[in-house]
Amino acid sequence: MSFWKRFARNRQAVLGMFILALVILMALFAGAFYPDDPFRLAGKPLAPPGTSGFLLGSDSLGRDVASGIAHGAKTSIMIGLVATVAAVFIGVIFGALSGYYGGKIDDALMRVTEMFQTIPSFVFAILLVAIMKPSIESIVIAITVVSWPGVARLVRGEFLALKNREFVQACHTLGMGDIQIMLREILPNCVSPIIVVGSLMVATAILIESGLAFLGLGDPNIMSWGFQIGAGRTMLRSAWWVCTFPGIAILVTVLAINLVGEGLNDALNPRLRERQ
Amino acid sequence: MNRSTKILRYVLRRLMQGIPIIIAIIVLNFFLLNMAEGDAVDVLAGEAGSATPEYMAELRAKFGLDQPLPVQLMVYLKNVALLDLGYSFRHDMPVAQLILDRFWPTLLLMTCTILTAVGFGILLGLLAAINLNTWKDTAISIFALITYATPLFWVGLMMIVVFSINLGWFPTSGMENIAAFYEGWDRVWDIAHHLVLPTITLSLFYLALYTRMMRASMLEQYGQDYVVTAKAKGLTERRITFVHVLRNALLPVVTMAGVQVGALIGGSVIVESVFAWPGLGMLAFESLFARDLNLLLGIFMISSVLVVVVNLIVDVIYSFLDPRIEVA
Repeated sequence: MSFWKRFARNRQAVLGMFILALVILMALFAGAFYPDDPFRLAGKPLAPPGTSGFLLGSDSLGRDVASGIAHGAKTSIMIGLVATVAAVFIGVIFGALSGYYGGKIDDALMRVTEMFQTIPSFVFAILLVAIMKPSIESIVIAITVVSWPGVARLVRGEFLALKNREFVQACHTLGMGDIQIMLREILPNCVSPIIVVGSLMVATAILIESGLAFLGLGDPNIMSWGFQIGAGRTMLRSAWWVCTFPGIAILVTVLAINLVGEGLNDALNPRLRERQ
Repeated sequence: MNRSTKILRYVLRRLMQGIPIIIAIIVLNFFLLNMAEGDAVDVLAGEAGSATPEYMAELRAKFGLDQPLPVQLMVYLKNVALLDLGYSFRHDMPVAQLILDRFWPTLLLMTCTILTAVGFGILLGLLAAINLNTWKDTAISIFALITYATPLFWVGLMMIVVFSINLGWFPTSGMENIAAFYEGWDRVWDIAHHLVLPTITLSLFYLALYTRMMRASMLEQYGQDYVVTAKAKGLTERRITFVHVLRNALLPVVTMAGVQVGALIGGSVIVESVFAWPGLGMLAFESLFARDLNLLLGIFMISSVLVVVVNLIVDVIYSFLDPRIEVA
């Protein structure tokens, strides 16, 4: 059965894919629907949803909540993707070297990985952004630094399992170099678990980013969902909508990505599913 | 060698493994301190300019900032070993003292959260596994799926909107009503009343995690050979579930509770700053605003050490719970 057929068998995953597509479309066309800067004062402050021309109301400075959500989608998706790609890159290098060579290299690299896994990751991310000053780069770096160890462990496990298989031994006999074997022979065989873990990491990265922005560690020039909630929390008593809608946006996006991730897991590891 | 000496040796060995990690964390802290703008003393002074030049000069000498980097590192290690984490000018207190003061509220919140999350997680996971593929299982799975994807700070704010502002059942923030001067059991009751919303908020995410794990763990155990044996000798379904499967299914959940402590500390930064709970997380949030980087580093270090210690404790408890674990 083809990959897409297997993926489509899981209705939750298809629903997740559909929602995620909507969020991505929203991010792509944010500029078309709301051409103005989302930080711009668009009208009356604290207007309830549906009044004064605001679909989802306005905040204490008269900023359009709906516009903020549309532009915030761009920030969340972008940071989630870039940080995940970077973390997967680092994790694959660490895990591959560790699993392939074993011995002292493995010991040393795994000690480092272990230390990074011990450190409370969100507190570490806060600290890194605070030291580097909040900006889109520092946020991506911080999320990358706290997310790579999981990938490293996974890839190490896969490499350990694959390195003694016959096809790898055959490559040794043919005189292939280590790097060539790692990149062209072993790595393609562990792409599926990496894709599954990576897709779930995008969700975690979006949650970390929103948490940082909520605490005031977002890039001050870029609209994000966490920032909107952080800015609206003091007005919680009089204007519930400022915090509520961006939160729903985060929830729906993260949920959709998790559903897609689980669907990928089922579709890419069909044997695992049939066993259950 | 009998079992108790074996366990003692195991504890000692695990302790030895923890020490290099703690030293590595302190070294990491040192380099982070050096990464920040200005020298360490500028950071220590909280970038506030509130420190006197004499004190700054004294600090520079104390930290040996004219010395090469390795020497500075040794001095830093020595200071940390003596529990000297510097001085917070914002709070006019030594950092170590400040962290100790704020440690207990966080410990209270975290203990209640772990108990709630593990307790209800086990219960829900068990319910879902017993009623596999019925509406109960589906409802619990959907609940877990949604709470797993919800940002903690948003849950907290929504809790405040519903239960504090609209229903008026619980206070919006703080740990106790200081103006009321409660004593004895009244004070305990007051703190418990303030504790409800932060605990529920912080528990939700982990509750989802433990529910899913407990369900998977139960299902895995149902497939084991000993269940077939138990069925064959005519035990009731109820007895198999509660006496045999449940006990074995609990083990991975207990381990997970230890692993999640680091994440729990991160979550408590968020929850404490939402509910103004006066613990370490709130202190971290305040230090962000005051740009008191040294205080933030101190909190980071203490929480990392806490994770190492809790993992050690969980490993030891685990070796008591499951005699199959090889301790020697």
